[in-house]
This record gives sequence, C-alpha cells and structure tokens, in this order.
Amino acid sequence: MTMVHLKLEDGTVAVCETARLTPGRGVAALLPDGRQAAVFTDRRGRTYAIDNRDPFTGAYVLSRGLLGSTPEGRPYVASPLLKHRFDLETGACLDDEAQTVRTYETEHAR
Amino acid sequence: MPTEHLSTLVVIGHGMVGQRFLEALAERGATGRTRVVVLCEEPRPAYDRVHLTSYFEGRTPDQLGLVPDGFLREHGIELYVDDPAESVDRAARTVTARSGRTFAYDTLVLATGSYPFVPPVPGKDLPGCFVYRTIEDLLAIEAYAKTATTGAVVGGGLLGLEAAGALRGLGLDTHIVEFAPRLMPVQVDEGGGAALLRTIENMGLTVHTGVGTQEITAGAEGHVNGMTLSDSSHLSTDLVVFSAGVRPRDELARACGLAVGERGGIVVDAQCRTSDPAVFAIGECALAADGRVYGLVAPGYDMAETAADTIAAAGERAFTGADLSTKLKLLGVDVASFGDAHGTAEGCLDVVYADSRSGVYKKLVISCEGVLLGGVLVGDADAYGTLRPLTGHVPPVAPEQLVLPAGLGAPAALGPESLPDDAVICSCHNVTKAAITACSTLPEVKRCTKAGTGCGSCVKTIGMLLPKSGDTGLCGCFAQTRQELYEIALALRLTTFTALLDGHGRAQARGGEGCEICKPTVASILAALGNGHILDGEQAALQDTNDHFLANLQRNGSYSIVPRIPGGEITPDRLIVIGEVARDFGLYTKITGGQRIDLFGARVDQLPSIWTRLVDAGFESGHAYGKSLRTVKSCVGQTWCRYGVQDSVRMAIDLELRYRGLRSPHKLKSAVSGCARECAEAQSKDFGVIATANGWNLYVGGNGGASPRHADLLAQDLTDDELVRLIDRFLMFYIRTADRLERTSVWLERIEGGLGHVRDVVVNDSLGICAELEALMAAHVAGYRDEWAETLDDPERLARFVSFVNAPGAPDPSVRFVPERDQIKPELPLLTLGATR
Ligand code: SRM
Ligand SMILES: Cc1cc2nc3c(=O)[nH]c(=O)nc-3n(C[C@H](O)[C@H](O)[C@H](O)COP(=O)(O)OP(=O)(O)OC[C@H]3O[C@@H](n4cnc5c(N)ncnc54)[C@H](O)[C@@H]3O)c2cc1C
Ligand code: SF4
Ligand code: FES
Repeated sequence: MTMVHLKLEDGTVAVCETARLTPGRGVAALLPDGRQAAVFTDRRGRTYAIDNRDPFTGAYVLSRGLLGSTPEGRPYVASPLLKHRFDLETGACLDDEAQTVRTYETEHAR
Repeated sequence: MPTEHLSTLVVIGHGMVGQRFLEALAERGATGRTRVVVLCEEPRPAYDRVHLTSYFEGRTPDQLGLVPDGFLREHGIELYVDDPAESVDRAARTVTARSGRTFAYDTLVLATGSYPFVPPVPGKDLPGCFVYRTIEDLLAIEAYAKTATTGAVVGGGLLGLEAAGALRGLGLDTHIVEFAPRLMPVQVDEGGGAALLRTIENMGLTVHTGVGTQEITAGAEGHVNGMTLSDSSHLSTDLVVFSAGVRPRDELARACGLAVGERGGIVVDAQCRTSDPAVFAIGECALAADGRVYGLVAPGYDMAETAADTIAAAGERAFTGADLSTKLKLLGVDVASFGDAHGTAEGCLDVVYADSRSGVYKKLVISCEGVLLGGVLVGDADAYGTLRPLTGHVPPVAPEQLVLPAGLGAPAALGPESLPDDAVICSCHNVTKAAITACSTLPEVKRCTKAGTGCGSCVKTIGMLLPKSGDTGLCGCFAQTRQELYEIALALRLTTFTALLDGHGRAQARGGEGCEICKPTVASILAALGNGHILDGEQAALQDTNDHFLANLQRNGSYSIVPRIPGGEITPDRLIVIGEVARDFGLYTKITGGQRIDLFGARVDQLPSIWTRLVDAGFESGHAYGKSLRTVKSCVGQTWCRYGVQDSVRMAIDLELRYRGLRSPHKLKSAVSGCARECAEAQSKDFGVIATANGWNLYVGGNGGASPRHADLLAQDLTDDELVRLIDRFLMFYIRTADRLERTSVWLERIEGGLGHVRDVVVNDSLGICAELEALMAAHVAGYRDEWAETLDDPERLARFVSFVNAPGAPDPSVRFVPERDQIKPELPLLTLGATR
C-alpha cells in the first residue's frame, strides 16, 4: 500500500495511506517538531501540503477547509473560519497578498 | 542615504483627525520628503473614537485601531505613544514632550482634539465619577460597574445617550439628567425630542429633563452614592458619567501665544493655518474660519485634507465650514438630523409626520420655493440616505410623500437613482454620487473614494447606486442559479456533484474542483432530494466543516454540540445527562436563544465519545451546524397557561420531529404560541404558528437577525392536518425556488408576485405541483435518520474524527482554554499577521 509522505528539511515523515485521503478534503498531520501540516488531495489525485495554521485567526484549521479551483485551474483551500483562500501550490493567500502560508512537498511511496 | 537636509514636521495628537492627516500626507507623497514625528498622549495609537461604544458590543481595542498594519513603518513616521507634548517654543521652533525629548520643527500641526467638560459641581472628582472619551475611560467604567447597580449620565445629548446605552448594557439601572427641556437639544427639535423621550422611557431608562446637577454626594466610604438635582430632589446612584459637552484642547496653543477664540479653540484660516504661519491646527481643537468649533469627525477629516494639501503644496483646498448632518442609532433608535434642522431660514415651512404610538417623528424644512433645506427624523431614519443629498434641491416628488410611512398611500420610496450627480452620498468623506457611480463594486468604492469607511451609514445607499451584475450564476463554476440547479438535479436524477459540474458547469470549471460556494449548495440540493447520509461517498467532500464534523466550528478550532430538544421540552433526567456529559468533558454550557443547550469546547477527537453518551440517553443531532431546521420554539400553552387555547407544546414537538434534518437553502426556524399573546415569538420565524379558538393561524417569512421582518399571515383557523399540509408545501416550494443563503423572508420579498403568488401555489395549487411537493416531504419524513447515531455505527465515518491523521490518539495542542466565571473559554492564539516564512 502506498503512503503519503511530506518532505521536511531533515528527511521525510509519513502521513497516512494514500487511500485515506478524500478528494476535495484535507487531513491534519502532526510533524515531529510540533508543527502541523494540512494535507489534501484533489479530484485528479494530486496531493498538496501546506501549514495548518490560518494566519487570519491563528487557529489550526486549514485542513478542515473545502478545496476549490480558480477559473485558471489553480487549486486552493478556503479556510473554514473566515473563508480566506490559499493557493495550494504556492501557499499564497488569494484574498490578501500580504499573507502566505508555507508549503511542503509531498510524495507517494511505500 | 540622502544627505540633503530633510525638513521636519511634528504632529501633536494622534487621534482620529491626526491619523487622517498622516494618511493624507502619505497619499500626497510628502512623507518621503519630510521627517514626520507624532506625539501621542494616549497609551495606544489612533483608534476609532466614533465607534468607541462598540467596545461594549465585543469589539476589542485592537479592532478599533485606525492605523493600517505597516503604515507607520512604510512611511517612516516616528510615533511616540504615551508621551504628550508639554510645551512649544515658537521662537526656537521646538516642541518638548513629557519624556524630555525635544524636537525641532519646520512645520507644527496641532490635532489635540477636545476634553469632556465637567461642570464645576461639588463632588465631581469622587471615586465613581467618570467621563466618556477614551478607551481607558471605558475600561474604568466597565471595572467600576461590576460593583454598581445604578448609574446616572449627566447630559442628554448625543454622547450622553450613547453613554446611557452603555451603562444599561452593563446591567445598570440607568438615569439621564439633562438640563435642557428635551433630549438631544442640539440635533432635534421639540417634537423629535418628545418621540425620542417616549421610546427611551419605554426601554426602562429614567429621564430627568429640565433639571441641573447641583452636587454629587458620597457615602460612608467616600464613593459616589447619589446626586442632588437643581429641583432639590435626590437621586441615588453608584456611578456618574459626565457627558455635558466638550471643549477644545487649546492649552498648548494658549501657552505659546497663538490666537485662540473667546470661547476656546485655536483660531485658523481657511487653510487651517494658525496665527503663526508655521503652525496648523485641525480637528476638534480648531476654531475654523467660519467661527465654529466642529465636534464631529467629518469636518475634522476635511480639515486634515486641507492642511495636508497646503503643507504638501499639492492643491488649493480650503475649509470654510461643514454640514452638521448626523444619523445615529442611539439605544437602538434611529435619529437623524440634516441641513437646517431647526428651520432657521427666513420664511421656511415645515412638513411634519408624527406617530406617537410607534415613536416615529419626521420633519422636513422646505423653503417657499420648495427647496429642501433640512430635517429631523426620529424612530425611522431610512430616508436619510436619500433626503440628505437632496438638501438644496427641489425634491422630485411632493414633500409629504417623503415623510409618510411606506404603505400609507405613499408611492414607493424615492430611490437614490433620482439624486443629482453632485449630491453628497457619504458625508464622512464628502463623496458625491458621481464619484461613486464611477466605481463598480463596494470594495472599489471604499478603496478609491473612502466612502463608506467612516460611520457606515451610507453603505446601503452606495449599494443601491452600484450596477447589478448581469451574471446571475451561482458562482464562478455555475452559470445557473440555485433554483435552476435544483431543477436540473431533480429532472435528470443527478446524484453527484461531479455529474452536475462536469455536465452543466461553466466551460472553464468542468473537470475542476468546484469551489466553496457551489459545493455546499449542491450538497444541500442533493440532500433535500433525499440522497442518503450527508457523509456518504462524494457528498462527504462537499460539506462545510460544520456539516463534515456534524458540529459547529468555533474561533479556536474547537467545536460546539447542540442536541435536539424538540419544542424546548426536556425531562429532568435528560437535563441531568446533559449536565453530566458537559461536566465529564469539561465543556462550557449555555442556554441558546433557541430554547436548547449548547456545549462548547470539544476537540474533534472528543466528538464521537460525547455523542455516544448523548445518543445512549436518547438525544439526537440538533443540526445547529446545518442549513436545515433549527428549532421549533414553543410557549407553555393551554396545558398550564391560563390564557392558552391550544396545546402549543405538542404542536411544536410534532413539527420539530417532522422537519428535523430537512436540508434547505438557509436555516429554518419556527415557533408555536398557544394564544395571541405570542410568547413564543412565532411571527419572527420562517414559519410560525399561533393558536386560535378554532385551530391554528400560519404565518410565514418572519425573520429575526440582522434585518428583522414580521411574518405574513398565510392562512387562518387551520386544523392540525391542514396546518401540516400547508407547511409541507410551503417549505418544499421554498427549498425548490430559493437562492443559496436566502431566508424565507428575503425569498418572499424577491419572488415574483410575492406572498400572493406563494399563497396561490401552496393554498390553491395554481401550478399543480402540490402533490409533488407533498410527496417530496413525505419521502423526507420517511427517510429521516439521526446523523449522529448513524455515524457512530460506521467505523469508516468515525475514522475522520481525529485531530491528526498520523497520530490518532493525540489531542490538538493548539486548542487550549482558560477559566472564566467557573467555566472555560478559548485561550485565543496570538495573532501575528505577516508571512509565516
Ligand atoms: C448558539 C446561538 C446563540 C446563543 O448562544 O443563544 C447562535 C449562534 C450562532 N448563530 Fe444565531 N444563534 C442562536 C440563535 C439565533 C436566533 C434566535 C432564535 O433562533 O430564536 C437568531 C434570530 C432569529 C432568526 O434567525 O431569524 C439568530 C440569528 C442568526 C443569524 C442572522 C440570520 C438572519 O437571517 O439575519 C446568523 C447569521 C447567518 O445565519 O447567516 C446566525 C449565525 C449563528 C452562528 C452559526 C454563527 C457562526 O457561523 O458561527 C452561531 C454559531 C452557533 C454555534 O457555534 O453553536 N444567527 N441566531 C443560538 C442557537 C439557537 C439554537 O438553539 O439553535
Ligand atoms: C463616544 C463618542 C461617540 C462619538 N460619535 C460620533 C459620531 O457618531 N459622529 C461623529 O462625527 N463624531 C462622533 N464623535 C466625535 C469624534 O470622535 C471626534 O470628532 C473626533 O475624534 C475628533 O478627532 P480629533 O483628532 O480632532 O480628536 P481626538 O480623536 O480626540 O484626538 C485628539 C488626540 O490628541 C491627544 N492629545 C491632546 N493633547 C495632546 C498633547 N499635548 N500631546 C499629545 N497628544 C495630545 C488626545 O489624547 C487625543 O488622543 C464621538 C465621540 C465620542 C467620544
Ligand atoms: S402565548 Fe398565550 S398561551 Fe402561550 S404562554 Fe403566552 S399567554 Fe400563555
Ligand atoms: S456617511 Fe459615514 S461612512 Fe459614509
């Protein structure tokens, strides 16, 4: 069975089985240093990971937002609290250019 | 590093006008060429004094802040908080602050505002006496009020009423003492003052007009215990707030020899220059070129722009006077006055409408040529947005039609479309209709003209002036409305979001993800058409987080739980279960406004164990998280109440159980009252039922919330069966035809033909769809299952209730609480806006 992994500065960390991800939704993962990542998969099976903290409210909830795509096809997640949208590839907030969340590279491996 | 000598500008006072001046300076590029130093007496940078009272409605001091993030840094402005200027040496051109810092200036701007005037009565400095001007004043009043039961406000003007509202909000028995014979003597006339008085007294405040304050008296411990009034009567009170007007803070100016007015205020010319050309004065401390001191923020902003223009050599603005129009909501009562409100112009005429039953008073002042000169509106100031800009023009309809309430033979209210282009729509920022119609969206208007960013009273009018976009599509993914999507899904029996998106979405959206607007909307349509559990299959990915976790997300990432308590009826045993569950899981409990109990502060991973306990005790989901039926409130009714004529509790329970779980475009609320006294407030509900001697009256389209609406009577004297059948049809017709997030109230106003049409469809079956509507409802009732019980039975659904997918047992360390009033509250995360990396 394949697992989703996040690449960190010093190695990788396993998140969950690939099959555990529901397209269009996310899960939260606890990283070894206490940080939290939000991991998503979209309809096409592409996987993304960003920081789980919503910078507008300080709450760790981005993993519980809904995925969407812009007319140009860029995937984003809308925070469940105040609905700010974050580009899943760059972490940039689409509604306020001053805000960015960090992104993580993901890979599928056994 | 530029080596040229930079000139220095010193600003004394960082209040509303001081901040606006800095922004105006930055906009004109002057901050790049000049060193700007700001001395601020208060312990915090400029904040929104106009909305000071909103602190008591939950706005934090930070949220009141007026300085945009990064503004000072970006423009190199040096701000010294908690460091007032103590002296000005005009010969040496230096300012010295309390800290001992001295700054040389080329140009000096005084923006020191006003101080509250406290009449020199004995006892005015006793502990328990306050003024109402700064955030610190409010914090002090709030702290002191904890030990007080009665409060008195000296002064019944605009600020006095606002302070009285705040005291009442703090739970004090509140008195207002006004020397003049009526409230708000400056703004409103006698008739308006009388209407205001009646309404305010009806709210339980005590008003004493025509009396002065002679002395503040103290109790044994030296704290305020009352006041003696000029008619020698005594008023017991624990706390006194002085709000008897303001005086310009011109003390620095006096001390350094600048010209000041006889009754105070720093004398300035039309460019806001004082008697020393290197010194300017703006805002409430200035005595303007027209000989007046303005105590409102809009004229102050105008002065700030004028001074910035002059100092930056950017234009030829002048400030020669301003309009004193105001619209306020004081203690929930609309009060507006504009133009020549007191009718001082020669030969002018009045048009007055007064209804003392409803506390409405409206007066327009008209010149003999028919030009609108001004007016006073109390109790209903909706027309202010149109009337104020019409001032100075001949109104396009007869003046009496402008004051008559809607529905009294008056033609539809005059819209802002009929205003001339030069009419000022936003008086805070002096923005005309032409400037607003040059923009196309509200955010654009706010950005380009600042209109709507002051007191906010013009926002509604601005909305009416902006173009309605031609595209009625639901969102960027669908060109159809919600109703059209419902019809497509129904007719083609589509059961998945992707089928709808890929087959019927906009071209560029097909094959994409959809968005946060259409996904929950389509989920609700599919659920209303009876497509199984909302967490099944693809539907699981469409729900907002609340529906996803069958609980309500709170600000710190925790969730709240609301078990259904049909009709608000609950046995002692069940109450005990709720108490035990809350105690065992350490949850905050509160009685909701919907006659049930909310348990707050659960982590995602605790939800299943909490619900296991609740389901075992016979509770089910209350759907507080869903766009679906919330509560059917009840009054106690015939069983106990001496007036009741039907069993309202039984009917409320029956209705709540029938419609529980029904997904709809927006939430649905209901209530049943046992007689016409209406203790259950059924007429404020989406569907409300009131008992009659012969059966039930059904009301529809009521709404509380932001824009309350009284429900309309749909049908009278119904039997139980007739009532239920009509509600079935009404709800299904609404679900079928309403827009996303459109309550029944808004839907009923929008739908063509309005109530008449809806009555035709659901009572007379004019479209021949009633059988279908009833069948859809029957399917809903038969198919209802408790979402929580089903979730607990299904390991796959339960698997999502973890804080971390890679550490299923671990609680989320970011969800933390602190104690308050013997319960918990969220410990709010520190907010550091700015890129996290
Ligand atoms: C818990 C409760 C307040 C309380 O402590 O009493 C509450 C809490 C919320 N209300 Fe309410 N409302 C509550 C009774 C009301 C009432 C009173 C009533 O139902 O009789 C009203 C006015 C009546 C009405 O709706 O017509 C009310 C009018 C609103 C509105 C304005 C709706 C409108 O049409 O203008 C919103 C905003 C919205 O829905 O868009 C809102 C939205 C909310 C939300 C969902 C805001 C949010 O998105 O977080 C709150 C979340 C609840 C939670 O986390 O559990 N709440 N809310 C009450 C729950 C009642 C219940 O048992 O289900
Ligand atoms: C409760 C309340 C409600 C109001 N509601 C409305 C309303 O609805 N509509 C409306 O138009 N207006 C309203 N106002 C009035 C409005 O707030 C003022 O007109 C506006 O704040 C004036 O701005 P300003 O900068 O001139 O004075 P302020 O905002 O008072 O700022 C002056 C600042 O200068 C500081 N200062 C004074 N001396 C010195 C010194 N020597 N050194 C350094 N700093 C100094 C003061 O501490 C103060 O912070 C309201 C006021 C209050 C208190
Ligand atoms: S509405 Fe009528 S029946 Fe119900 S509690 Fe009030 S007075 Fe009694
Ligand atoms: S009139 Fe106050 S913001 Fe426009």
